[in-house]
Amino acid sequence: MSVDPAALVAIVAMAVVTYLTRVTGFFIGDRLALRGRAKAAFDAIPPAVLVAVIAPTALATGWPETVAAVVTIIAATRLPLLATVAVGVLSVVALRSLT
Amino acid sequence: MSPPASAGEGVRDILPAMIAAMPIGLLFGALGVGKGLSVLEAGLMSILVFAGGAQFAALELWTYPVPILALAFSTLLINARHVLMGASLAPKTVGFSLLQRLGAAWVLTDEAWALAERRALQQRITPAYWFAVAAMLPVVWIGSTFLGAWLGSFLGDPKRLGADFAFTALFIALIAGLWKGRATAITVIASAAAAALAYVTVGAPWHVAAGAVAGIGAAWCAAPAERSTP
Repeated sequence: MSVDPAALVAIVAMAVVTYLTRVTGFFIGDRLALRGRAKAAFDAIPPAVLVAVIAPTALATGWPETVAAVVTIIAATRLPLLATVAVGVLSVVALRSLT
Repeated sequence: MSPPASAGEGVRDILPAMIAAMPIGLLFGALGVGKGLSVLEAGLMSILVFAGGAQFAALELWTYPVPILALAFSTLLINARHVLMGASLAPKTVGFSLLQRLGAAWVLTDEAWALAERRALQQRITPAYWFAVAAMLPVVWIGSTFLGAWLGSFLGDPKRLGADFAFTALFIALIAGLWKGRATAITVIASAAAAALAYVTVGAPWHVAAGAVAGIGAAWCAAPAERSTP
């Protein structure tokens, strides 16, 4: 049980940034009304960031990871969250064993 | 409605989300120690940040030395949606004191926001309801993170079990949950292409900024232009 100073700084920085996102809306209230392109751009932030984070593993690591990502996408269209994760993990283990 | 009755309804509303959060918190803790975090560090992140998507993204980006700025930037982008949620709740929580507002923001999550918005269609959101619906989830999230981290420290190399791929699989499932048709497809394709290209050419952690900018820019371009109001 230890805390690395750099890890602590990173966690505190993440916490401060997160609280700022949480509290800002409560105080700007109705003054923030996004429409049209601004709204579309704002709505795109979560999927854009999530995809960017996993793109190296899914597209630039090896064929087992890429094929497993495709299998996971298919699973995600019909299964709940944790079942999708299980399918993805099992398929990457199976595909890696072929290399 | 009396405050205890409102609080009871809040607890009842959030219960399914609390149960759903448990295995995800266990997974977060186990993957965290697999990435080299101590049990206390993984738990501390859940105590101080408690934002699932941003925390999983942080683990995926986590290396030594710790890329503090990249972690803060990725967290900011993923959590920027909170601004819209808070703005939408602001007029529905006008009865809150300043301290109650600051506290209400502290425990804001996707789940609590969605439930409070649904309730606001029928009646006012009271502090008793909000804190019941919102403050229970972090407790479950923190507890399951510590338990998962503790269990994960017995698992050994996470790559052997394919656990390193759990992030990718989880994020694919989360994106599927956010899916809104064509606009999301354009965002996802642009972000994936730009992020993979930046990762191969420039290297981590720049792929996050490249993918985010490309995906958001593509959504902006693809959206119909606003009609100017006279």
